[in-house]
Amino acid sequence: MNNNVEITLNGNKISVPAYISIMEAAKRNGINLPSLCHHPDQRVKAHCRVCVVEVEGRKNLVPSCSTQVADGMVIKTNTARVRETVKTIVELILADHPQECLTCIRNGNCELRQLSDKLGLTNIQAEPSVKRYPIDLSSSTLVRDNNKCIKCGRCAEVCHHVQEVGILYSHNRSTEICISPEYGKKLSEVSCVHCGQCVLACPVGAIYEKDETSKVWDAIQDPEKHVIVQTAPSIRVSIAEEFGLPAGNVSTGKLVSALRNLGFDKIFDTDFAADVTIMEEGNELLQRLKTGGTLPMLTSCSPGWINYIEQYYPELLAHVSSCKSPQQMFGALAKTYYSKVSGIPAEKIFVVSIMPCTAKKYEAQREEMRDSGFQDVDVALTTRELGRMLRSTGTDFSTLPEGQYDEPMGDSTGAAAIFGATGGVMEAALRTVYEVLTGEELKKLEFEEVRGMEGVKSSTVDIAGSPVKVAVAHGLSNAKKILESIKSGKADYTFIEVMCCPGGCIGGGGQPYGSTNARRQERIEALYRLDKDMELRKSHENPAVKKLYDDFLGCPLGETSHKLLHTHYSDRSA
Amino acid sequence: MTSKINVQDKSLLPTLLKKQKDSPFNFLSEDDVNSIAKELKLSRSRVYSTASFYSEISLSPRGKHIIRVCCNAPCENAGKEAIREAITKELGIEIDETTEDKLFTLESVNCLGACFMSPAMRIDDEIYGNLTPEETVKILNTYKKEHVDE
Ligand code: SF4
Ligand code: SF4
Ligand code: SF4
Ligand code: FES
Repeated sequence: MNNNVEITLNGNKISVPAYISIMEAAKRNGINLPSLCHHPDQRVKAHCRVCVVEVEGRKNLVPSCSTQVADGMVIKTNTARVRETVKTIVELILADHPQECLTCIRNGNCELRQLSDKLGLTNIQAEPSVKRYPIDLSSSTLVRDNNKCIKCGRCAEVCHHVQEVGILYSHNRSTEICISPEYGKKLSEVSCVHCGQCVLACPVGAIYEKDETSKVWDAIQDPEKHVIVQTAPSIRVSIAEEFGLPAGNVSTGKLVSALRNLGFDKIFDTDFAADVTIMEEGNELLQRLKTGGTLPMLTSCSPGWINYIEQYYPELLAHVSSCKSPQQMFGALAKTYYSKVSGIPAEKIFVVSIMPCTAKKYEAQREEMRDSGFQDVDVALTTRELGRMLRSTGTDFSTLPEGQYDEPMGDSTGAAAIFGATGGVMEAALRTVYEVLTGEELKKLEFEEVRGMEGVKSSTVDIAGSPVKVAVAHGLSNAKKILESIKSGKADYTFIEVMCCPGGCIGGGGQPYGSTNARRQERIEALYRLDKDMELRKSHENPAVKKLYDDFLGCPLGETSHKLLHTHYSDRSA
Repeated sequence: MTSKINVQDKSLLPTLLKKQKDSPFNFLSEDDVNSIAKELKLSRSRVYSTASFYSEISLSPRGKHIIRVCCNAPCENAGKEAIREAITKELGIEIDETTEDKLFTLESVNCLGACFMSPAMRIDDEIYGNLTPEETVKILNTYKKEHVDE
């Protein structure tokens, strides 16, 4: 069976699969056609027309992103007509666009700027642009500058179809078209979950995270402050991309050195807190099983997911684990346990976290997250913000030395490493729950069925002779499916892991631009390699965690744990 | 450029139009938008998107009767301006305005689909063609009268 077709591309006769678009066929044969509205992981929109090409026999130019190849098709991508048309389209966009590249947050990675460079546009007769829209600073995590919006629809697509939250969409008609929440509302006036997937999707600087790097610089420069930093599991496999290096590099040691260069007093690891989370969450699950608590239990480490269930499915909140996320467990322990062992008063400790996530900013600011007596985490930065800090100090990432995390919150296991990938928390929990329940050593640590990019995964695990049904969902549209099945009483699972973002934290809304699903896959593979190479791969074997329980917490779910590491969530539906 | 995002569920537009018809002020309020979103299991922004896209739908209160005059070239030639002036004079409203008694809103559309009998106007679902200013006033008065009789 041959599903290929013969086409002629700029005079070259080639054979390509019948189901692909002209854009894809060109890409596989050495030509990257311009595109703005198209995104490799999204449905075809065909709004922007910058990808047009000439097809013999067709009167009009056709968008290459939305036109499928056909046998015998004769395509030209660089005729004068094509070049003039594309140029005119981009010139029209630029004529209505603020000329602010030098001070724009996307200066350096803006797709519009790159396209204009590629087309050699040097002479745009743009009117000095009038700001039509006020910049929306109302959200605690995101900024929207509609003046820079090119109305490509990529954010609306991700917000509606990948996340199914449904905040951003196209409104009005003709020249009044604008991408925003309904009635042009501000982000703080609607039930946005702060996932930041719209930021990742945006080709330009029209929506971006609230930059908090100056707060961190101020703290570092303040001699009164002891500034410590924690790094989430997924940062070590994505930070290199901020420096143009390929996805899927494991760069733990360089990340540590880079942070030390910036002037942090201690470099700790959120992976340590992830191991603590498994101790608490695993025991919570065991307790729910023993005492007939609400099942299935849902994980709680993903703050965008928590925002979602609080705002859209509050009736199911009893299913959510009371465990705080690793970021917040770390913060609460930093200002109590670490303060105690280091002798540094909690009020002097400034906790920064490096997170793949914009919702972590929201989480850090929550009223509930002050159990140490202070705001437990002072500032949560995204991977991109860390990239900015490092670039501003002349960091050459690839030649950095290999550093080591500091004691007592720097040790971790392979179980914690995989927290960053969808299915990772489930797998980590199973490794511990199995051994605690059976008292036997788990022979095969890998739970392959919960790994990978499939939206909803499920598996039945045999623990001490009884089958335990588990499920994993990532991306809120998949979480929604699980929630609906719980609501209708059809979910006979015991334990369900939910991550807000596609791929889990490695695909979070704070990750480097260009986070396509292909890159997500590379990062995931890097985390599993990391796990495989680690000496300790089960959370309950982490010596630093054992010491924490021996010296400070007592036991999982104990009184101190309860105060510092657990919380409750509330109905915030509109 | 983004009109394609507006391609919606088939039931959305009819639902919006029906709700608008049921509204005493011929428009969709924010509550209406929210309740339709809930009913059709769509996001509020999607419902608003469609509502704001179609000129048939108003998001602010209008009169009981919507008078539409066309602003297309053929009608222009056929004395459309005189008709519009007659309406404005009789009711005291310009395009996109509503009479104080909330009885009429005047709107302009690209085409009424009645070019063969221009100048024409449409009141609600009724089309009146080959108009003179005098006739126009007469027709308006029948609507006013109907209202008084109610
Ligand atoms: S969004 Fe891109 S083109 Fe627009 S000002 Fe920023 S860098 Fe320049
Ligand atoms: S942060 Fe998430 S929920 Fe909020 S607008 Fe962006 S994609 Fe939608
Ligand atoms: S905000 Fe960005 S992603 Fe959304 S439509 Fe505008 S340019 Fe496109
Ligand atoms: S990329 Fe093809 S129309 Fe936008």
